[in-house]
Amino acid sequence: MAFDQLSDRLQMALRRMTGKARLTDKDIEEMMREVRLSLLEADVNFKVVKSFTQEIKEKALNEKILKGLNPSQQVVKVVHEALKELLGGETSVFSLKAQGTTTLMLTGLQGSGKTTTAGKLAQYIRKHHKVTPLLVALDVYRPAAVEQLKTIGEQLNIDVFEKGIDSKPVDIAKEALLYAEKNAYNFIVFDTAGRLHIDEDMMDEIKQLKATIDPDEIFLVLDAMTGQDAVSVADHFHQSLGITGSIITKLDGDTRGGAALSLRKVTDVPIKFMGLGEKLDAFDVFHPERMASRILGMGDVLTLIDKVTENVDEDDMMNLMEKMMSGKYNYNDFLKQLKMIRRMGSLGGLMKLIPGMNKMMKNADIDEKQLVYIEAIIRSMTHEERKKPDLIKRSSSRRRRIAEGSGRRVSDVNKLIQNLEQQTAMFKQMSKMDPNQIDPHNPMKNMALPQQNRKAKKGKGKNRGGFRF
Amino acid sequence: MACDKKGKIGVIMGFIKQLFQSKKRKEKAQKYNLGMAKTRQSVFNQLDDLLTQNTKISDALFEDIEEIFIMADIGVDTVISMVNQLRETVELKKIHNAEELKEMIVEEMFKRYVKEDVVDTNLDTDHPLAVLLFVGVNGVGKTTTIGKVAHLLKQKDKRVMMVAGDTFRAGAINQLRIWSERVGCEFYQKEAGSDPSSVMFEAIRYAKEHGIDVLLCDTAGRLQNKKNLMNELSKIHRVIGREIDGAPHETLLVVDATTGQNGLSQAKIFNEVTTLSGVILTKLDGTAKGGIALAVRETLNIPIKMVGLGEKIEDLEYFDIEEYIYGLFSDIV
Ligand SMILES: Nc1nc2c(ncn2[C@@H]2O[C@H](COP(=O)(O)OP(=O)(O)OP(=O)(O)O)[C@@H](O)[C@H]2O)c(=O)[nH]1
Ligand SMILES: Nc1nc2c(ncn2[C@@H]2O[C@H](COP(=O)(O)OP(=O)(O)O)[C@@H](O)[C@H]2O)c(=O)[nH]1
Ligand SMILES: [Mg+2]
Ligand SMILES: [Mg+2]
Repeated sequence: MAFDQLSDRLQMALRRMTGKARLTDKDIEEMMREVRLSLLEADVNFKVVKSFTQEIKEKALNEKILKGLNPSQQVVKVVHEALKELLGGETSVFSLKAQGTTTLMLTGLQGSGKTTTAGKLAQYIRKHHKVTPLLVALDVYRPAAVEQLKTIGEQLNIDVFEKGIDSKPVDIAKEALLYAEKNAYNFIVFDTAGRLHIDEDMMDEIKQLKATIDPDEIFLVLDAMTGQDAVSVADHFHQSLGITGSIITKLDGDTRGGAALSLRKVTDVPIKFMGLGEKLDAFDVFHPERMASRILGMGDVLTLIDKVTENVDEDDMMNLMEKMMSGKYNYNDFLKQLKMIRRMGSLGGLMKLIPGMNKMMKNADIDEKQLVYIEAIIRSMTHEERKKPDLIKRSSSRRRRIAEGSGRRVSDVNKLIQNLEQQTAMFKQMSKMDPNQIDPHNPMKNMALPQQNRKAKKGKGKNRGGFRF
Repeated sequence: MACDKKGKIGVIMGFIKQLFQSKKRKEKAQKYNLGMAKTRQSVFNQLDDLLTQNTKISDALFEDIEEIFIMADIGVDTVISMVNQLRETVELKKIHNAEELKEMIVEEMFKRYVKEDVVDTNLDTDHPLAVLLFVGVNGVGKTTTIGKVAHLLKQKDKRVMMVAGDTFRAGAINQLRIWSERVGCEFYQKEAGSDPSSVMFEAIRYAKEHGIDVLLCDTAGRLQNKKNLMNELSKIHRVIGREIDGAPHETLLVVDATTGQNGLSQAKIFNEVTTLSGVILTKLDGTAKGGIALAVRETLNIPIKMVGLGEKIEDLEYFDIEEYIYGLFSDIV
């Protein structure tokens, strides 16, 4: 469910815009509004959204986009590309110091996932860098926090240094450093207590910890579900500590995770890792590209765009569309339409790429087999029948003959008749709209089975806001 | 921020300030914005000046209002519909003066929140054995909130028992046990890794035999998109209902105030699985506004019952919509 909204919005904007050879300023403005709304829905901080869309707009205006064949789709690409860049471009590699012990301190709000992440990190680094890690328990405040880390250490077979809850974290940290040196650990993760970024005492404490440990890395751990406040949190922690990286947790949820963008924009340090579950191996390096798609809620719109544009002849498409609009849509056209769908690849795979379609597919239960059946039915019609759908509609004997010829039931034939009628009605409807609203570059919108399409359209147009930053 | 913008927001806040001045502010209201207490005074002084300038209603003003709501994590849909509503009313009633708009905003928010109901923030504990179930995603503050609620109930002379239903997360059982010691109430646990439903089942039996008034059930944090974990929760809910008619008497979704739009998805899915009776909004002592709870109320009709304002045992208050709205606008400029 997390995936649909932005794509729907963009698709909408795309539809409104295509059919023109170039984008006007107003088009771009429209597009940006959709981008804005969907980024806000993804929890990107509104200030970040503002500056981001400004950048995009300039890019969109400057680049060759205006001359391109499918300008709107290129805008989508620009947005995606820019998001990816903002999120760090490439995956950022984590490296240990060439010599000696690498020390790493985790910090963040209460409940963001620090303790779990400490375990995950230690295990990950042990595995990939062949070092002996040590976990240090510095959360003396949250009840049973030390026990939590100890249990995690046991589960991973990683040593945990702890002094209970009666010493000061700074003192525990000092001892831990000595202990690590004596026992030749070469990677130390310090788990600290969660704290509010505005809690002065606690922020002082972590600054002292920083001074004591002098860590090679300080990572901010942020919950992916964080909303607008991510900016303020990231800003405060970065100002106070000079963090060197960050980790986004709970990405196994269904949140779009726009907080990642806010975080990155505010701190300008790489997001290094992501947490993907409560289990201690549910952890991976952070992938900017995937995160960009996720925030956009795009599924794989980009892949879809490529596929569609690669495989469909635009003239064909336009002819078909004209036919549809004139209300003279018949079974021959239906057949053509099927072919185009085929040419674009497996229906199942393709449909999944369409935002919103995934969900609907479940209700509608269309599968590829059904396409084969439909084709078989149409092929059992005479040429005249194909051209004049009314013939079949009026004669039950024709319907029976066709059913027998195609090896389907009469009810299947009836369904197809209904289907065609719905499509015709829908196209009539569409022809009353502004022609620019129909998108020849995005035929799937028009090709989807009518019931679904109507459903898809219903929600549109509501929620139109006036976010003009 | 540009000066004229401050002006517009200022006008809105001016009204809110008036609204709150008209009531004797209790000290607890300050807690809603602990970190901002210092800046607030100066902001209001500035606003007083700005209030005297007359401001016209413009598109820019509506945009500012939108921003304020968005910043508070009120759902995008809710914000859009709220602001559209405002625009319509302004047009309909031919309102030109921003002064009047301020009233409308507050009214609109109250209307959306209160919904012509009496919003009851009391926890339903008037049963021979009341069972309260705490649910929510990971790390939001369920266990801590149980500690605070237990403390509150104990002050009302209830015999309280906590049940360690989080048998999964490392240290979770002892975390709750420590809270029970702080409160001085009874505590029921089985060993880590036990089936949480069976823990609930046994705890209810025990509570019935030992004259417990209120049972507070902790559960493991779970993300709402995890089918297995939601099924587990549904089973817990069923088992409790089988042991006591009408139980759990409260199923409370704990939501972290820093949560963004995902809060709505949380409420929706948890509500499908367990039928929520209320939301407890935690960590309001931070800078996050928890506006998503407002969207939860608006779209799912689930009221906010209590708010968490810190990590200490007494940092829990009944939800007060006025204080909440006040908090929304208090540090905007
Ligand atoms: N500042 C602040 N911190 C809170 C509040 N409520 C809980 N916390 C902290 O948030 C962290 C997580 O709280 P828990 O009570 O363990 O949360 P939980 O939902 O039980 O977490 P899991 O069982 O791990 O899913 C702890 O560090 C708490 O001290 C609050 O109102 N304000
Ligand atoms: N689903 C999920 N849960 C997580 C993830 N990381 C941590 N958690 C859970 O979030 C809660 C808080 O984590 P914890 O490590 O105690 O956070 P801390 O308070 O910041 O140390 C616990 O219930 C963890 O099991 C993650 O990536 N995905
Ligand atoms: Mg911790
Ligand atoms: Mg807990």
